[in-house]
Amino acid sequence: MALMKVKFDLKKRVKLAQMLWLMYWFSIMAGVLVFSMGLFFKIELRKRSELMDNNESHFVPNILIGVGLLACFLSASGGKICYDSLDSTKFVKWKSIVKPFLICCLFFNILLIVTAAMCFAMRIPLEFTLAEGLKNGMKYYKDTDTPGRCYMKRTLDLMQMEFRCCGNNNYKDWFEIQWVSNRYLDFSSKGVKDRISSNVDGKYLMDGVPFSCCNPSSPRPCIQQQITNNSAHYSYDHYTEELNIWKRGCRDALVSYYGGMMNTIGILVLMVTLLHIAVMIGLQYVNTSLSTLVNPEDPESESEGWILEKTVKETFTDIMAKMKAMGKGNQVDEGANEEAAATVS
Amino acid sequence: MLLSCYVFPHQSARVLELHLLSSPSFLHHGDTHVMDNTDIHCVPNTLMIVGLASMGINYFASRICQDALDPGRFPRWKTFLKPYFGCSVFFTTLMLISVILSYAMKGSLETSLKIGLKNGIRFYKDTDTPGRCFQKQTIDHLQMEFQCCGNNDYKDWFEVQWISNRYLDFSSKEVKDCIKSNVDGRYLVDGVPFSCCNPSSPRPCIQYKITNNTAHYNYDHQTEELNIFIRGCREALVNYYMGLMNTIGAVVLSVFLLQSSVLASVRLLQTSMEAVAGQENVEIETEGYLLEKGVKETFMEYVDPVLKLLLLNQVTPPEAKPEAGATGTTTTTS
Repeated sequence: MALMKVKFDLKKRVKLAQMLWLMYWFSIMAGVLVFSMGLFFKIELRKRSELMDNNESHFVPNILIGVGLLACFLSASGGKICYDSLDSTKFVKWKSIVKPFLICCLFFNILLIVTAAMCFAMRIPLEFTLAEGLKNGMKYYKDTDTPGRCYMKRTLDLMQMEFRCCGNNNYKDWFEIQWVSNRYLDFSSKGVKDRISSNVDGKYLMDGVPFSCCNPSSPRPCIQQQITNNSAHYSYDHYTEELNIWKRGCRDALVSYYGGMMNTIGILVLMVTLLHIAVMIGLQYVNTSLSTLVNPEDPESESEGWILEKTVKETFTDIMAKMKAMGKGNQVDEGANEEAAATVS
Repeated sequence: MLLSCYVFPHQSARVLELHLLSSPSFLHHGDTHVMDNTDIHCVPNTLMIVGLASMGINYFASRICQDALDPGRFPRWKTFLKPYFGCSVFFTTLMLISVILSYAMKGSLETSLKIGLKNGIRFYKDTDTPGRCFQKQTIDHLQMEFQCCGNNDYKDWFEVQWISNRYLDFSSKEVKDCIKSNVDGRYLVDGVPFSCCNPSSPRPCIQYKITNNTAHYNYDHQTEELNIFIRGCREALVNYYMGLMNTIGAVVLSVFLLQSSVLASVRLLQTSMEAVAGQENVEIETEGYLLEKGVKETFMEYVDPVLKLLLLNQVTPPEAKPEAGATGTTTTTS
């Protein structure tokens, strides 16, 4: 008893092949889309690689790029098979390849589902990477004279302005590190000496943030220095002042940005998977309908098409039996070799 | 006929042009707040109209081409073609005019930006006045995005009070001194807003007391180049728009050339098909031409009726006057 048997005449076969050919064109474009999404994601990660920990993995975008290319290739081959199926003479050369091709497609679809799952799951390692990377980035903010770190200040400033965030968890992170370089501190002045001596590690800490934390929507000019000191500024209460500097932490901002991107890509990959499953089923119908012609000489005869020759259960047991037979075959060979070896020696 | 497959990619070029022009990046909506008058809007508006019109023109051109393959179907376009050519020539010349206009309006753009930015800087502090409360945000975003400071340069901020009186402590000696020393009673500082700060600077941004070298350690404001943006916003904006205009101008000119060649080809097709109409043998050779007579003669042909209309108006009043004079004299005598 075959799975989902359908009767085909010539007209129906031709229509199926044409529709399938069109769908293969769509799946080529979908493959290109997945490839470009992978590329875009890779570029975005590269752009901010300074803010990420050293062991950031480009695994997911690489997989997306590979899957996109593979999808294009498989769809192009499938389309060619479809195109040739309308002409029975051309289809003969494809007959032996179609079955392994369909099995490849099946494995490819499983790969697509796994890729989509990975896209959704990548958020978690990314969060850890960003937390570590931002912490280091802020530490090296002042080192604009150290080779290898001289652009950290610029990167952080531009990032804080673009993502409207301040610090790692929030703006108070800036109070705990020295972000003003010693080159610009007057060590002969009393104020600087007092501050440094009051700190255990001899760091110049202050309750101030860099200018890139300033919020342009604030009605008053930005207060960056002495943020927690209400008396230092006229008509200022730092508990109620919401618009002065950005409240959000950069880790949250970046994770939600990348998370949103990955969710979109994951959903797109799932939709591409559905498309590929549909074309795979279509190709199976084309293949089976062409191989079961009632009268093999007459191309206009009727035929039947199905997804699986037997039911799911029977197909499964068949596959298991085949695999066991292959395994036993190896054992029998080995037994024969042993006997041959015994007889020789 | 190769003409029909020549016109179809032209359609796609047209769609691309329309998309390019209707994209909001052409005139930043926020930037219109810093423009005094918006005369310059006529350029993108014209381009959008021309883009839409040429979509229609090319669609009809492709239909005409398709029908030209069948001499039986072609005659139904007969009455349509003359007004069609009139419209097409009009819109094509409009395309050319709009490109020329966009370069001609550079001066007006610069003036309107100058006045708009000056006002923007003046009203920077008025975040509590309705109608001006977003000037601060607009100017800050502008300065950060275009990496510029002030109108001509950063010194424009020294001449304007950009800190609102709401945030000045009038009881403090420092504020009182500063206000007294100024003629208009304004609180002027040699400082700039935070949006002028350059992220590429190796040291934390120095916004206040910029000209005072002793106020900051290891600082010389004459040699310090990276601290704040040196460029003025007017220059930055004009460069940005001119760059955009150059790109769009090049694209529009190439589309204009393509469009003109399509129209010329359709005209040749029309005239050559007209000679075939009514003939028994459709495989004869015919001649096609762009204009039946020379350019000057065709021009006179169209202009003569208009001139006659004007001259006619002039001729009739002198004829009426002697008659009126004659009736007047007759009445006086009788």
